[in-house]
Amino acid sequence: MYKFNYIKATSIEEASTALSSNPEAKILAGGMTLIPTMKQRLASPEQLIDIRHIEELKFIKNESDNIVIGSVSNHFEVSSSEIVRNNLPSLSKLAEGIGDPHVRNMGTIGGSITNNDPTADYPAACLGLGATIKTTKREIKADEFFIDLFETILDEDEIVTQVSFPIIKNSCYMKFPNPASRYAMAGVFISKSDNEIRVAVTGAGENGVFRWKEMENALLSDWSTSTAETIKLSSEGVMSDIHGNSDYRANLVNIMAIRAVETLSNGN
Amino acid sequence: MPLVEIEVNGKKMSSEVEERQLLVHFLRDDLNLTGTHVGCDTSQCGACVIHLNGIAVKSCSMLAVQAYKSSITTIEGLAEDNKLHPVQEAFKENHGLQCGFCTPGMIMAAVDLINRKPILNEKIVREELEGNLCRCTGYQNIVKSILAAAEKVQA
Repeated sequence: MYKFNYIKATSIEEASTALSSNPEAKILAGGMTLIPTMKQRLASPEQLIDIRHIEELKFIKNESDNIVIGSVSNHFEVSSSEIVRNNLPSLSKLAEGIGDPHVRNMGTIGGSITNNDPTADYPAACLGLGATIKTTKREIKADEFFIDLFETILDEDEIVTQVSFPIIKNSCYMKFPNPASRYAMAGVFISKSDNEIRVAVTGAGENGVFRWKEMENALLSDWSTSTAETIKLSSEGVMSDIHGNSDYRANLVNIMAIRAVETLSNGN
Repeated sequence: MPLVEIEVNGKKMSSEVEERQLLVHFLRDDLNLTGTHVGCDTSQCGACVIHLNGIAVKSCSMLAVQAYKSSITTIEGLAEDNKLHPVQEAFKENHGLQCGFCTPGMIMAAVDLINRKPILNEKIVREELEGNLCRCTGYQNIVKSILAAAEKVQA
């Protein structure tokens, strides 16, 4: 690792001020991506601002039909939270499937969405439920948040403080994990509310997480497993790598979507 | 260099560490606690699992400075008064290791697992071992050891 200096921030304000005053600084949350990346010398921030201990960022609450999660809540805290499990079991299950137990004890929701890894799970939940992301500057709709691979709409000196998920009981996440890394090779998050169906896909898009509008529209006019079977994801714009080419991945996305619709139709 | 106040295996200490020093290297090189292993160094294998405030984490993916004012337990800190921890005992009794390289991480992960989920079955144990790789045993005896330990702790 290259040399850097380290600040342990005790408040959002302290972290925010430190970040604004040094363009070469990076926020450190759980570090489950940042530290391995720095070890490989793929990132070399001059300064790390550790926000993991900021109490104001550590909470999970139920607030006016939304589950609101502070950005440094780790995956274990989200998956084991009674509030999440009782209101949004799909999100609880998603958090339980990230990485491995030790990674879940450190990795955070804020870190995951800010990093916007194209194979990460949380971005699919944000898009699939229509979450709202609050930062030190503003509130951002998930639809506007994720821009491209490892890229979000966040400014360099902006920090995610919380993520607010609408409680949509009819929601389900199906993931085909890479057998070695457990990252999603295809992950599909579907939510079905009174007036909207959202289908978000992670692990497959060349530009990261995306909404599969064609499937959304088809399911809106006819919610059924056979609809999910009929609509095929084009392999254009789908990632191709040593783990699977774009045709294979597009088909996996289809299968995950079918399984999600099936599960929701069976009332699970 | 920053001064890190830390408790390791019940001993409080303060130590100067370089910001970029990983926790696992602090434990192994500075404190000579070489029971915690570095297997893959890419946060896959789990040989470096230790407890940070009682919770299992991978010490190769964490900086020593991040552990400021934390309490760390390594494999060396599990036994009390020369008496092996029930999980260590179970690994011994059930031949839960061959070469032993992954064992410290396996045991630290197992202790955390039994603390979190006292009622275990084979399926849960296998799922929970996601973050720990063993290249010798085929996991059979590791799973057997953890189930035996969980039963003992329950009793």
